[in-house]
Amino acid sequence: MNLRLLQFKSLKSYIPLFSTIAVFFAIYAMGAVLYGLNFISLRVFLNLFLDNAFVGVIAVGMTFVIISGGIDLSVASVVAFVCILAAKLMEVYNMNPFIVMIISLGFGAVLGTTMGSIIYFFKVPDFLVTLVGMFLCRGLAYMVDVRSIPIRNETFVNLNTIAIRFPGGARLPLVAIVFIVVWFMGIYLAHFTRFGRNIYAVGGDEKSANLMGIPVARTKILVYTMSSTFAALGGLLYANYTLSGYAAAVLGLELDAIAAVVIGGTLLTGGVGFVEGTMIGVLILGLIQTLISFQGTLSSWWTKIIIGLLIFWFILLQRFLSRTPKK
Amino acid sequence: MNIITPVLQARNISKIFPGVIALNEVNFNLLPGEIHGLMGENGAGKSTLIKCLTGVYSPDEGDVIYCDNRVFFSSPLESSKAGISTVYQEVNLIPTLSVAENICAGRQPLKKGIINWTFINAHAKELLAMLDVDIDVSASLSEYSTAIQQMVAIARGLDLEARVLILDEPTSSLDEEEARKLFAVIRKLKNDGMGIIFISHFLDQVYEICDRLTVLRNGEYIGEYEIGELSKHELIIKMLGKDLAQFEYRSSKNTVNKKSDKKTFYRVKGLSKRNGVLPFDLDLREGEVLGLGGLLGSGRTEIARLLFGIDKPTTGNASVWGLSGFIKNPKQAVDKSFGFCPEDRKVEGLIPDLTIRENIILALQVKHGLFKYLSVKKQKEIADMYIKLLKIKTPSSEVSVSKLSGGNQQKVIVARWLAANPKFLILDEPTRGIDVGAKVEIQKMILEFKDQGMSILFISSELDEVVRCSDRIAVLRDRHKIAELCGDDISSSTIMYTIANANTNASANTNANVSVNCNSGGQNEAEVES
Repeated sequence: MNLRLLQFKSLKSYIPLFSTIAVFFAIYAMGAVLYGLNFISLRVFLNLFLDNAFVGVIAVGMTFVIISGGIDLSVASVVAFVCILAAKLMEVYNMNPFIVMIISLGFGAVLGTTMGSIIYFFKVPDFLVTLVGMFLCRGLAYMVDVRSIPIRNETFVNLNTIAIRFPGGARLPLVAIVFIVVWFMGIYLAHFTRFGRNIYAVGGDEKSANLMGIPVARTKILVYTMSSTFAALGGLLYANYTLSGYAAAVLGLELDAIAAVVIGGTLLTGGVGFVEGTMIGVLILGLIQTLISFQGTLSSWWTKIIIGLLIFWFILLQRFLSRTPKK
Repeated sequence: MNIITPVLQARNISKIFPGVIALNEVNFNLLPGEIHGLMGENGAGKSTLIKCLTGVYSPDEGDVIYCDNRVFFSSPLESSKAGISTVYQEVNLIPTLSVAENICAGRQPLKKGIINWTFINAHAKELLAMLDVDIDVSASLSEYSTAIQQMVAIARGLDLEARVLILDEPTSSLDEEEARKLFAVIRKLKNDGMGIIFISHFLDQVYEICDRLTVLRNGEYIGEYEIGELSKHELIIKMLGKDLAQFEYRSSKNTVNKKSDKKTFYRVKGLSKRNGVLPFDLDLREGEVLGLGGLLGSGRTEIARLLFGIDKPTTGNASVWGLSGFIKNPKQAVDKSFGFCPEDRKVEGLIPDLTIRENIILALQVKHGLFKYLSVKKQKEIADMYIKLLKIKTPSSEVSVSKLSGGNQQKVIVARWLAANPKFLILDEPTRGIDVGAKVEIQKMILEFKDQGMSILFISSELDEVVRCSDRIAVLRDRHKIAELCGDDISSSTIMYTIANANTNASANTNANVSVNCNSGGQNEAEVES
């Protein structure tokens, strides 16, 4: 994949991506050395995709928002709202799960488009608008129900059984498949569509992009539409993964998503970034968690500390790379 | 001539910004197959007219007629789709994208729903080849110099199946050779029947390439002329509305050229920066204008940045007002009453969303420290004073800087540093991209401040300007300081000759020789070694 991409971009711009990949393999190798074959088994590897599916889907949307020069703080609340709403509609009102999915994704799309429009047309900082979205959705989630609602809807639960099976008992369930599909969609969008390239252009220099005849308004708004829709999809994946809805779920998930994006080599200043990198960033976060759970005695908060250090390292790396002489 | 119908026409266009009438019933006719110069001073309304024609602004009154139809472009996208291709004054590209992508952005060719990167790269290469530019098109734009970026912007403009091409100051960053290549391409497009609007402050270039001219002044339409019926002299009078005699302002430099009483306050020795400049010595004296002469990329800006503490030197030492040691950061420089007007006002200088007052007050506030806040009333007084002094065209000091024309923005930067009342002011290309009238005003200003005892380091690509303003000139080539000229040696031809004949390898010696020669009239230069 990457070799193909090299044809249209100079090598230097890929250093952050390569270093992300290197970190991933380094951690993987470390796990292999410490915990042997158990750690590098296919099952553990595939579980990475399952356990981090909802983070991953959100992080794809977040990558585009950040490349466009913005930020979306509302994603975690959208996940919480969608998963409790889905649980309530299915369990209390006995609604068909497929209609629930359509409602959920529709909610995401409308919310994102609204936020994007406010950001673009009223020139309100993205940080504030999505902060409002974050509080709004979290509040709405508690309005739906303050208690956790277990999901027992047969159709919805049975979606879990759809999976690609591998020899040796390892399986890639639907949730993980959705994640991988979204990932490839993201790569396709970023590199091979005009919309994707326009996102990079708008993030690089919005004013110039406008003068170059790039549809800035449409691009900026659609980026938020996409992010919120992916967040809603993440909410559905989360509901299916945990088989419950809970208004206080995934507190702080937006920051995990941003962390994955930054570790993946995307610049917070916009214009530069990789969907591929983000995914590896997500896998790195998952891998660290796996490593710590294999270790057994360490507190899971160590995950946060290691992620903090990693982000710090990547920020330094990017500083260093962007400081090379310009003339 | 009039049998041919214009391809693009403006009829009685007016555009009013809060407090400023930017355009007042302006007419403009562009015929197919002509190169039409749009002339006027800064703030005359050239850029505004272009933006009204291309849909960046919508005119308040009047019609835009394109190919016999009245059109209302609501965005640059629409006008470019209709076939009006525009290269704006400042390089408006995306620095983070690759060169090839900048050329094709927004209209990438698709193959089975997938962007065809192979084609984009080949196409970009081809277009740049027309301009004789051979670079790696897959590298990001920010890796190239301003001149190359300008060429890329032009290549993008050529890319459309356009009927109209608008070039707003396309040559401001180009050297003569590059400009010549551009002109060859423009002539070819003209012969293919394209209508081309050409805006430039270089009168020679305008006369070389244009067929007809339209002159604007202060947002008013002055007239439309065949190039043959208007001499340069007449053109300038039309643009300025005053007589050329006013340009013959001579500096006082020849009369007060006794260097002996000028005290050196800032001396650097062997200063250098890796990838920036090779070691150089430089003395800066009170009440003197030191010019830096040299071609683009010869290290002029790098020297200025070192002197102001923006970049860290790799080697060398310095003393400022008797104290030895570098200036380590711009804050220190400001504390020592230094000022610096950077080259690229768009990137390094102004904060476009702040008002003129706030922009002017910025350096002064830094000098005062964060806690001694200047009252708004006081700030206003200062801002108004400089608006008057530098003749900044604006309805009030409370207008945001982004609404001003390029030349006026430049003046705001100069005003900012003047407000801080510096003892030493670095002006890096203060006249780039502004018109003759404003240039003369800035030059006058430089000489006036010098006479008041300010020391100035003056950088300009136009040798004539450096010659006119400077008491001494350090000549640079390929990041070497190769000579220092003063007194009667100062002339464009000496500088050219020095640049052309200097032996780069022996530059250290040359440097010393000429310095000694130059200092023979002075007193306190005895310490100059080697």
